[in-house]
Amino acid sequence: MPRDSAVIEGVFITASTTPPVVRARGVGVTFNSDGQQTIALTDVDIDIAPGEFVSLIGPSGCGKTTLLRAIADLEQPTAGELTVNGMTPEQARLARSYGYVFQAPALYPWRSVERNVMLPLEIMGLPRAEREKRAAHYLDLVGLADFRRRFPWQLSGGMQQRVSIARALSVEPSLLLMDEPFGALDEITRDGLNLHLHRLWRSTRMTAVFVTHSIPEAVYLSTRIVVMSPRPGRILEIIDCDLGGERPLDIRETPEFLDVAHRVREALRAGHSYD
Amino acid sequence: MTKATPILTVLAILAVVWYAAAVWMNLDLARTFADDDATETEIYLSTMEQERPKLPAPHQIVEELGTSLFGYPITSPRSLIYHSYVTASAAALGFALALILGVLLAVGIVHVRTMERSLMLWIIASQTVPVLAIAPMVVVVLGNIGLTGLLPKALIAGWLSFFPITTGMVKGLRSPDPMQRDLMRTYSANGAQVFAKLRWPASMSFLFPSLKIAAALALVGAIVAELPTGAQAGLGARLLTGSYYGQTLQIWAALFMAAALALVAIGAVDLARLALVRGRGGRL
Amino acid sequence: MTAAPTLSLLALFVLGGVALNLLSRGESLTYRIATPVLFGVILLLAWEIACTGYGVPAILLPPPSGIAAAFAKHLPTLGADFLQTFIRAVIPGWAIGSAAGLIAAILLDRSPFLRRGVLPLGSLISAMPIVGIAPIMVMWFGFDWPSKVAVVVIMTFFPMLVNALAGLEDAGAIERDLMRSYGAGYRTTLLKLRLPGALPFVFNALKLNSTLALIGAIVAEFFGSPIFGMGFRISTEVAKMNLDLVWAEIVMAAVVGCASFAVLALIERRVTFWHPSIRA
Repeated sequence: MPRDSAVIEGVFITASTTPPVVRARGVGVTFNSDGQQTIALTDVDIDIAPGEFVSLIGPSGCGKTTLLRAIADLEQPTAGELTVNGMTPEQARLARSYGYVFQAPALYPWRSVERNVMLPLEIMGLPRAEREKRAAHYLDLVGLADFRRRFPWQLSGGMQQRVSIARALSVEPSLLLMDEPFGALDEITRDGLNLHLHRLWRSTRMTAVFVTHSIPEAVYLSTRIVVMSPRPGRILEIIDCDLGGERPLDIRETPEFLDVAHRVREALRAGHSYD
Repeated sequence: MTKATPILTVLAILAVVWYAAAVWMNLDLARTFADDDATETEIYLSTMEQERPKLPAPHQIVEELGTSLFGYPITSPRSLIYHSYVTASAAALGFALALILGVLLAVGIVHVRTMERSLMLWIIASQTVPVLAIAPMVVVVLGNIGLTGLLPKALIAGWLSFFPITTGMVKGLRSPDPMQRDLMRTYSANGAQVFAKLRWPASMSFLFPSLKIAAALALVGAIVAELPTGAQAGLGARLLTGSYYGQTLQIWAALFMAAALALVAIGAVDLARLALVRGRGGRL
Repeated sequence: MTAAPTLSLLALFVLGGVALNLLSRGESLTYRIATPVLFGVILLLAWEIACTGYGVPAILLPPPSGIAAAFAKHLPTLGADFLQTFIRAVIPGWAIGSAAGLIAAILLDRSPFLRRGVLPLGSLISAMPIVGIAPIMVMWFGFDWPSKVAVVVIMTFFPMLVNALAGLEDAGAIERDLMRSYGAGYRTTLLKLRLPGALPFVFNALKLNSTLALIGAIVAEFFGSPIFGMGFRISTEVAKMNLDLVWAEIVMAAVVGCASFAVLALIERRVTFWHPSIRA
């Protein structure tokens, strides 16, 4: 991907020849509750180009989820400018430009797996034939075609989360936002899902912003890793992660992988994340 | 069978205790009525066959139920079926009114803050007021404007049952967690869609337990609405006349019939729940 | 002639609606109490205007002012009825019934077998029109307050039994294992874990029982009472068409019912401050 890099005020900003999917300038979010002010996020500058997979990583309270939610128009920035696909986040939300995957599957227990995937499509008003076609396609893509008629509580946690990813993809968004989607799962399931997600991203070429706690996960999945500091959250460093296209799971033992992971850990340490 | 064993055991113990109590309580009366040459055994046995016993033996109640249910034509004022129908119809109408009002109120309370703040306190307060104190007044006032019979009883039954429905529905409509609601935001779903696709389905698992309580309360309301007004028909009326004329068996039969009706009402709600659960894959 | 009351009602509703809307924006406790109070005041005013303005006959529906006057006029009778019904029947019956239910629950707790048999039956009986037992209690215990106490005891026993059993079961597996690891026996676990944990359920039943007790005592009086008592007064005065005394009794019953519930709710807040439903 052709990039022009410029260094401004010690923070790397990359501008590509195509307009960025997400552009943040000086974005800050401050929460007010009972007279107490909490600065969740401050001074965030970043451009996310189409087709990138960007991970946000940092300790608890570093504002990574807040940033994701601001992009999704689930929080409002109290400072700075944020655009998504050239529009305000609210316009982007109303235009249904993104798919969101939460930390928990958030499936509706009274709907079958299939109908859960069709939920956003119903709201968008798609005709039934189209809804059913897309639901079948994306459930197949996550490998759950045989479970269409089952109900969420009949599926394991990992399977439920896959359904939630299929649901996010069914809208066919250009931007996929994921908030620690695999955090509640055991490591083995998680590894499998990482592989799955990576393949999905490669085949759909969508832009992804992914919040995580896990360094190996971030390095495995991303093209760029944004390291954030403890509260008040700011961007410490943005690390390029060019491990190539096809990434099998055992890429995690290669020296290149470990090198990137080391840099991430160092950035976290420099930001006092381990204190 | 193992699930029923404890229940059956307790019922068996209950039956034994009941018989013993019947003998003990009816003994004095039995002695006064006994012939001079009656043996102790005969006196003891007679405690279980008295016409107006202090505590009827279980089999006597069963007999009385049998005659009053099947011994008279259904339309006769001596038929327990007739009286049950009168009470049940008032309870059913009251329940239906409470259901409509309760659901509408709950929807209003969840969506309009002014309604929530103004009404919730009064809704709770309405339940602490013994509506049965108001029952005679309701009957009189409505009677004065020409509404008698079914409607006043239904209104009282409805008053008792609308509270569990309203609170259950409010809880249910509010039950979706923040994540499920955020999901709807990411779809930029409008208010009606959020209500129809999230809140309403989520509220069903809270509504049905409340409906069971409400159904039982509607029955209580209908029965008690019959009491202070000297009503002529209905299970409450049977209790009243039984009490006036010292017809103990009639009272107990009416009581058991009321209990049976309560079971039927709760069972009906359960059937409705099962029908709904089918479309949801077996769980509410 | 009906223009004046209609206009005032309209003005009342419009202004009142606006005021309510404004008040409900506030978050503090004062606002939360002021809003329903204002709503009640608006209703009372509307009632007064409608009754006096449209000339509604007092036989049909007296205005609030009329009821207040009746209340003042009949205060001695009201006092005697309150004594008979509430003090002599409701309070003892509620206390005995609730205590018996709680003790029964603790005893039953020892035998899971019996508990599994009694619990479904207890829930069933709670759902039934137990109030119908009143005429039988009158037959057994006579016309005066003992029969009313008996009715209230029976009515309050089962809800407490069912709730207390549920409450005793509520302690989680982890908490119980912790007690085991301390070598705590049945008694200690009961006193330090399960009973405190059961308190929210017990209070739930106590509040419910306060309403049931009042209903039970009043209904029991419908079936026979000496010359005092709220239920007695209502049924006899309705027959005599002395409706203002009936309204006064109704108001007293309403106030008594609300007040007992409110007192219990306040105590509950203090005692079970730790429970999520109170913390929320």
